[in-house]
Amino acid sequence: MNEVIYEAIEAIRTMIVKNKQYLTDLDSPIGDSDHGINMARGFDAVMLKLENSNDPDIASVLKKIGLALISSVGGASGPLYGTAFLRAAVPAQGKTDFNAVLVKDMLSAAIQGIKDRGKASQGEKTMIDALEPAYEAFSSGCDNGGTLLECFELASKAALEGVEFTKKIIATKGRASYLGNRSIGHQDPGATSSYLMLKALTDFCSKKEGEANDGRNCNCIAQQESC
Amino acid sequence: MVGIVIVSHSKKVAEGIKDIAVQMADKNQRIIPAGGTADERIGTDAILISKAIEEADTGFGVVVMVDLGSAVLSANMAIELLGGSLKSAVKVADAPLLEGTLSAVIRASCDGTLDEVLNEAVNSRHALKL
Repeated sequence: MNEVIYEAIEAIRTMIVKNKQYLTDLDSPIGDSDHGINMARGFDAVMLKLENSNDPDIASVLKKIGLALISSVGGASGPLYGTAFLRAAVPAQGKTDFNAVLVKDMLSAAIQGIKDRGKASQGEKTMIDALEPAYEAFSSGCDNGGTLLECFELASKAALEGVEFTKKIIATKGRASYLGNRSIGHQDPGATSSYLMLKALTDFCSKKEGEANDGRNCNCIAQQESC
Repeated sequence: MVGIVIVSHSKKVAEGIKDIAVQMADKNQRIIPAGGTADERIGTDAILISKAIEEADTGFGVVVMVDLGSAVLSANMAIELLGGSLKSAVKVADAPLLEGTLSAVIRASCDGTLDEVLNEAVNSRHALKL
């Protein structure tokens, strides 16, 4: 089992579970009041599926995560995030260590997967409004030779700005689109969960880098590789 | 005969629509409900839908009827998860769930082709009630 990816996913699960009520509350005025519940259930299923697995490469783990989300979430975020993880597995094929370039490619594939599945583009009050700016920020950080942590920090910041932006716009995709103008003023739950996942990975990366600087053994995440 | 899969967020809705449609169907017509999640919550489940499509197919393809939002995403995901030649013989109908299912079942029971069944379902959106 690839320990780092297991710990990273556990960090995402913890973040989602901690924000379960918050995500569900955001989903209540403009959706079907289940986003936090669905996401928490999804990541619980992911952890169960990974419990006794011993996959050598990142791609096999990502595929398991994707399928677990698809079969357990129940809402639109199941096929959307499920597709994201399945697509992220493509550039990770045969890879066992993370670096900024690989994560950039994984993010790119994941976001394209979400766009293909949901047929959404930026400005429609969806997770894309957090993810697309996050990818652009990550990518430019990577092109400037940033470490994985630096790239994640840029991505999280951009995602949070994207989440704020969703308050100002009308939903034209998903259940919130039934509300039309009344969706203005509400923050999109999907964009929020996307931000929370990136934030969890940023915090995880920061923790790992701290551990590596403390002289403890971490051969995985603090490595720098420029684009 | 072309198989029909009914996808709804609610297990009861999918089963209820099947019950209505069966009254109009040939006795060999396969109509498989795929409503709710595997643990019977409100929602849709691509894996469940994928299995329903396999069950509905008798070699003539399958038309998948869907309700809202994630039903469409999950149905498309389910088709991607299918193996082999079945993948290209499954169509998602852009149609009202109840009326579309009835129209599709009637056409399928009269040995309609995959495209004929799909068109019949899609055209049901024009049916007037008053």
